[in-house]
Amino acid sequence: MMAMFFWAFVVGGLICVIGQVMFDVFKLTPAHTLSALVVTGAILDGFGLYEPLIDFAGAGATIPITSFGNALVHGAMQEAEKHGIVGVLTGMFEVTSAGISAAIVFGFIGALLFKPKG
Amino acid sequence: MANEKRKHLTPVQQEYHQFEQVRETKRPVLKNCVRAFFVGGFICAIGQAISYFYMYFFDFTEKTVGNPTVATMVFIAMLLTGFGVYDRLAQFAGAGSAVPVTGFGNAVISAAIEHRTEGFVLGVGGNMFKLAGSVILFGTFSAFVVALIKTIVVKWGGLG
Repeated sequence: MMAMFFWAFVVGGLICVIGQVMFDVFKLTPAHTLSALVVTGAILDGFGLYEPLIDFAGAGATIPITSFGNALVHGAMQEAEKHGIVGVLTGMFEVTSAGISAAIVFGFIGALLFKPKG
Repeated sequence: MANEKRKHLTPVQQEYHQFEQVRETKRPVLKNCVRAFFVGGFICAIGQAISYFYMYFFDFTEKTVGNPTVATMVFIAMLLTGFGVYDRLAQFAGAGSAVPVTGFGNAVISAAIEHRTEGFVLGVGGNMFKLAGSVILFGTFSAFVVALIKTIVVKWGGLG
């Protein structure tokens, strides 16, 4: 169990370093960086490379935004196996539902509770 | 790309360009990377702890535990954003706080809070995904293309 924490820390940290390098060295905006990372996650899952990383690093691979792209492809592929090509559309948000729903619900609750500062 | 652009500039503009490049403050890349590594790693370790919590106290497996973990992290991001802690963390950690899913939550929630004064429908509703929208758009579209290609290859190409 401690090993899992260690690898989650290291892998998650390294993905963040990649993001930081894109910020500082390639001078990309955060929006560009995050979009690029999401696309990378989707492509990695297309080649079946992201799932082994999750097995290896647990939350170190599921918490960074790259896992969002991975989960989108995953949901789409799951449905596509059942229903063929239509499943690509119907299954897209099957796995990612939690992240987006939580962001919308908690975002709205946050807007109700908190007042903007400054 | 920068060189191509420079051809269209007047000599004075080119001179200024060089002047600016010399004067531009150098970013402490290494320091930023170390900070991003530790903060990002720390956030992922917290995520791992939440995963274990869901695996032991609820009937989630290692495969399905990602979902509730992400939702919980977004909830934590809401609290931290609302109390103004996350912005300070982001200034310190850079990508270390932006790349984990909490950064995505922070982008949505801070936009929602910020535009609250413009009303709930036009302000909060219209601006909530102002920053995070690009992530959803490019994530969804790239996932669509990848999944489409993979389905076609698997179904009709006989690979898989």
